[in-house]
Amino acid sequence: MSTYAHKKSFGATVWDYLTTVDHKKIGILYLIAGGFFFLVGGLEALFIRVQLAVPNNDFVSAGLYNEILTMHGTTMIFLAAMPLIFAFMNAAIPLQIGARDVAFPFLNSLGFWLFFFGGVFLNCSWFLGGAPDAGWTSYASLTLESDTHGVDFYILGLQISGIGTLIGGINFLVTIVNMRAPGMTYMRMPLFTWSAFVTSALILFAFPALTVGLFLLMFDRLFGGNFFDVSAGGNTIIWEHLFWIFGHPEVYILILPAFGIFSEIFATFSRKRLFGYSSMVFATVLIGFLGFMVWAHHMFTVGMGPIANAIFAVATMAIAVPTGIKIFNWLFTMWGGNIKFTTPMLYAIAFIPSFVAGGVTGIMNAVAAADYQYHDSYFVVAHFHYVIVGGVVLALLAGTHYYWPKMFGTLLNEALGKITFWLFLIGFHLTFFIQHFLGLMGMPRRVFTYLPNQGWETGNLISSIGAFFMGVAVIILLINIVMTQVKNVRVGNDPWEDGRSLEWAIPSPPPFYNFKQLPLVRGLDPYWIEKMEGKKEMTPAEPLGDIHMPNPSFLPVTISFGLFVAAFGAMYHVDDKNWALPVLIIGMGITLISMLIRSVKDDHGFHIHKEDLENEDDKGGRA
Amino acid sequence: MENLRPNSANPKADLIYRRKKNAEEMRYQVVSFALMIFLTLIAFAAVHFDGFSHWFVAPFIMLLAVVQVIFQLYYFMHMSHKGHETPQLFLFSGLAVALITVLTFVTITWI
Repeated sequence: MSTYAHKKSFGATVWDYLTTVDHKKIGILYLIAGGFFFLVGGLEALFIRVQLAVPNNDFVSAGLYNEILTMHGTTMIFLAAMPLIFAFMNAAIPLQIGARDVAFPFLNSLGFWLFFFGGVFLNCSWFLGGAPDAGWTSYASLTLESDTHGVDFYILGLQISGIGTLIGGINFLVTIVNMRAPGMTYMRMPLFTWSAFVTSALILFAFPALTVGLFLLMFDRLFGGNFFDVSAGGNTIIWEHLFWIFGHPEVYILILPAFGIFSEIFATFSRKRLFGYSSMVFATVLIGFLGFMVWAHHMFTVGMGPIANAIFAVATMAIAVPTGIKIFNWLFTMWGGNIKFTTPMLYAIAFIPSFVAGGVTGIMNAVAAADYQYHDSYFVVAHFHYVIVGGVVLALLAGTHYYWPKMFGTLLNEALGKITFWLFLIGFHLTFFIQHFLGLMGMPRRVFTYLPNQGWETGNLISSIGAFFMGVAVIILLINIVMTQVKNVRVGNDPWEDGRSLEWAIPSPPPFYNFKQLPLVRGLDPYWIEKMEGKKEMTPAEPLGDIHMPNPSFLPVTISFGLFVAAFGAMYHVDDKNWALPVLIIGMGITLISMLIRSVKDDHGFHIHKEDLENEDDKGGRA
Repeated sequence: MENLRPNSANPKADLIYRRKKNAEEMRYQVVSFALMIFLTLIAFAAVHFDGFSHWFVAPFIMLLAVVQVIFQLYYFMHMSHKGHETPQLFLFSGLAVALITVLTFVTITWI
């Protein structure tokens, strides 16, 4: 049974990926789709910086600038950062807990395709009359006044991809609760698994607020509702509350897995057990919990009054405590460790000062009285780019290098990786550090141009130059990826040589059933424990037996595509186009019929028989 | 001698025990079902009766609703059984977050 020996035709490979329910392939799909949207969002960022490089620039018009700015934020958060986080969660979590797949493989695939079609729908706006232009927060007063269909694309696109994210989050919760290998107790889970667990819980509790908000906005825009229309008795502030009740946990949804990836990297390349494991778990859970208690700090200037501002300021500052615990634990992990400066480790080391800088400005913003000065200035832009780029994006780049061998079976070129790292790090600080001072000098955010002689010219020019450093860094990363895949030098189980968790005990990439026999976990860092006792592989926890696997299915694509079609119908219905209603009905029909087929057709999966597993050469997928 | 050990391979071994357990379970379900019907009747009666002000009736009905939810969760959805610790943790932490949010709205953030 040589799965890799025969070459599949291109069409067969595409069909394989369209119908796959395998978490490893879905992880690759998330990586490709998220990576594509990351490039789109990055291009939009470059357009923003070109426009702002010199005063009175006319590279883009004011209206187009608003669209680019809105789409940059929306794309980067919802279509790039989140899917890339899901890419690594899919690639690593089932392997780390010693499972053969996620709990609901079909739903995993459905989650991806919903995200994908939602993202495509949102980006269709560029070609159909203009993108959303109300900012990524899409405050209701702006949204309701917007003339084009752009904001409708935002509402419906995010609604569709939001369902996908919610499905993905629930799936990981169930997987981590139910599918841990024998011996893998909660307090033996790798920290990336822990952070994915807390992140999934945050998705479960936070996304409903966004769903409700988007539905209310949809009723206001498309069906004549008045939830946010002040002139009709609505309240525009409700949107801000709903958005930020979702929006603040959302930034923790992004940063916690980043912390998880870095925790893995620090322990691996310091060749030391993660310092203060249990306090790391405690801090992760506490950050997740406090994340729900601070949303109003985005609204200090709305006028909630001194009591609300004071309480939310203090709650916000409290988050610095668990975050500080984490920072010190990482430092102490490196302390006395035998550090290996690989590309992922460079990202991890650079992350600490970068993220701390973002955290410090976060505390400055949390001082409600001072925030009246910072609010809507470039200081805030600098702050959140320091936490998102200095935290999440560095983690995603580090994770790309770190997990690439496990996902694709090849090791990215270290020399090119380090060039990418230095260019990106220098570019990042060049772009955003100066923006703190631009903000303090009074430059407001979301302006499409500015007048000369206000002292902002040099700062903006430096910032724009830095952005191009990051652009070049990403291009070198792409070259690195292409070169590595063309050379196709295969690596073994543990290409970093210091792997600690279960994923490094099986081949890269793992066979489609992951573990031939489920492994027995004897402590934190189970593979490290076995290696220290001179063993080459994990001790099996079960005799060799038949493995039950799910069947591939095309239905997730059709379910998601139906909603994609229906969204066009719903949107153009307000223009009294006579084709809109049929399109809406056809789209919903595709979705509902696909769901009906899924419900009534029995799909019991298939078994890999014991005899076939025995015949396979022993290199593949032993416990 | 009868084998009552629950971990016996013989499926009939703990039949008596299981029968007793099921009867007990059924009794709880019937009692809580009757109580829920009764609580619903009280709720209707409270609205129907003219003597109470609505400042009493509204919170009272909400209290009855909370009791009904607890019955529903613990007796009909078996949350009182063993092995439901994780769902309980998520349910109550979600509830705590939601209640704190609502509390914040009604006390300090509403403008």
